Amino acid sequence: MSENYRNNFLKEVEERVEEGHWVKMCMQCGVCAGSCPLGAHWAHPPQELFMMIRAGKREEVLTSDSMWMCTSCYNCVVRCPRKLPITHIMHGLANLAYRLGLSPKNQTTQKFASMFWNNLAQTGRVNELKLSLGMYFKDGFGQGIKNAMAMQSVGLGMVKAKRLNPMELFGGHGIKDKSGFHAMLKKAREIEDRRKNFA
Amino acid sequence: MAKKTYSFYPGCSSQTKASSDNYLKSTNSMCKYLDIELKEIPDWNCCGASIGYAEGGELPRIALSARNMALSEQHNPGMDLVATCAACWLSTREAKERIAHSSQTLSEANTALAEAGLSYKGNQAARHMAEVLVEDFGFDELKRGVKKPLQGIKFAGYVGCQTNRPFGLAGESFENPKYLDNLVEAMGGEAVPYDQKVTCCGGALAFSEPEKSQKQIKDIIESAYDHGAEMIVTPCPLCQANVEIYQGEVNKRFGTKFNIPVTYYSQLITVAYGGTAAEAALDGQLIRATRLEDIAKK
Repeated sequence: MSENYRNNFLKEVEERVEEGHWVKMCMQCGVCAGSCPLGAHWAHPPQELFMMIRAGKREEVLTSDSMWMCTSCYNCVVRCPRKLPITHIMHGLANLAYRLGLSPKNQTTQKFASMFWNNLAQTGRVNELKLSLGMYFKDGFGQGIKNAMAMQSVGLGMVKAKRLNPMELFGGHGIKDKSGFHAMLKKAREIEDRRKNFA
Repeated sequence: MAKKTYSFYPGCSSQTKASSDNYLKSTNSMCKYLDIELKEIPDWNCCGASIGYAEGGELPRIALSARNMALSEQHNPGMDLVATCAACWLSTREAKERIAHSSQTLSEANTALAEAGLSYKGNQAARHMAEVLVEDFGFDELKRGVKKPLQGIKFAGYVGCQTNRPFGLAGESFENPKYLDNLVEAMGGEAVPYDQKVTCCGGALAFSEPEKSQKQIKDIIESAYDHGAEMIVTPCPLCQANVEIYQGEVNKRFGTKFNIPVTYYSQLITVAYGGTAAEAALDGQLIRATRLEDIAKK
């Protein structure tokens, strides 16, 4: 299906990216780039991504790690003179790249974003301990132990302050209606996949 | 003032022994003093925060918030929905706006909700606790409850991102919101002006991109110190956690000697209203807020 889009990446973005219909409104002022807390780390700041989309640079945009640098601070959104919901467009581009398997391998924020969702989707609520450990151990057991040791003082401090419960490893918080919750998410995903041609 | 009742969405980090357990405890104490009743939304779920997008996409994320709002409408009718967490509030309010702007999104969200036997109507406002304090009480009213003014303590009011952008509080500017400073001063404290009040702490990227985020955290704390602050106060659980718990890491990385307490407005209000250190959950600080503890002991 995505073959159909190859000739018109802007159209693809408008149809498959959250708030993608706004991309054509960008007037290339660059306020977003100058407002971004992690701006220095973006290979292509938002206004450049928007121009690249319009120029049909599909591979370059979707394989970029730029949009994964978004901290969701909304600085660009409130400052954009054209009122583009840039934060959401970045999330949407990241989602499209991820769904198509084009996002850069081992991008840590992508891994974290995916872990976060899978964590909450399981029980309906985030299990912070499992999420932290998942992140430490994402590059294997040995590295995981090293990471966990490096963060030991933070972890112990949190346990002492009663803000981290080691018992969360064996279950932890969750909602009651898990089956309804899972069915709801499954349906939402189905609808979205159909609408965005991910199915 | 008559008792006020709200439909309450505490959020994942405010659960027992989760990372902002102290936020919930101090909020409960603050509400007791203000005669606010918080009716928790039964069986609420995670909002997806701003990091669930890769796997969650758009509609599943909106469905998360729609489920909470539907449960709130059903079980706590006629009340405003109030969140204490910045991300919970933002996600809820954002989902509400998306649904309001698109009949397609409304029908899709309701199709998904039907699988859980729920439906969304959209008849409740989605508000942050800071809005409740500022709009439903106001600074003069809040000042009235002060028994132990936080006199002589200099606070850096750290508003951060998501309590401030893209929605923020009505009438406030995105670049220099004043409500937190006003709240500090209503409690008798001194709010120092500093230039990193709305700087991003790195958010979820404090986890995935620590070296980049810790630069943000360093800038915030450095400016607070440079402007004479003894304590940071914030309305956001992720701001609180990131700016407090990584100070050791920041010190290692940048050779700084930071050791500044990072508290919640609810802790300040609880102490100023005569609450104990336990009521204000001051034992939940990794960096002890000793000046607040001293006032609570008096």
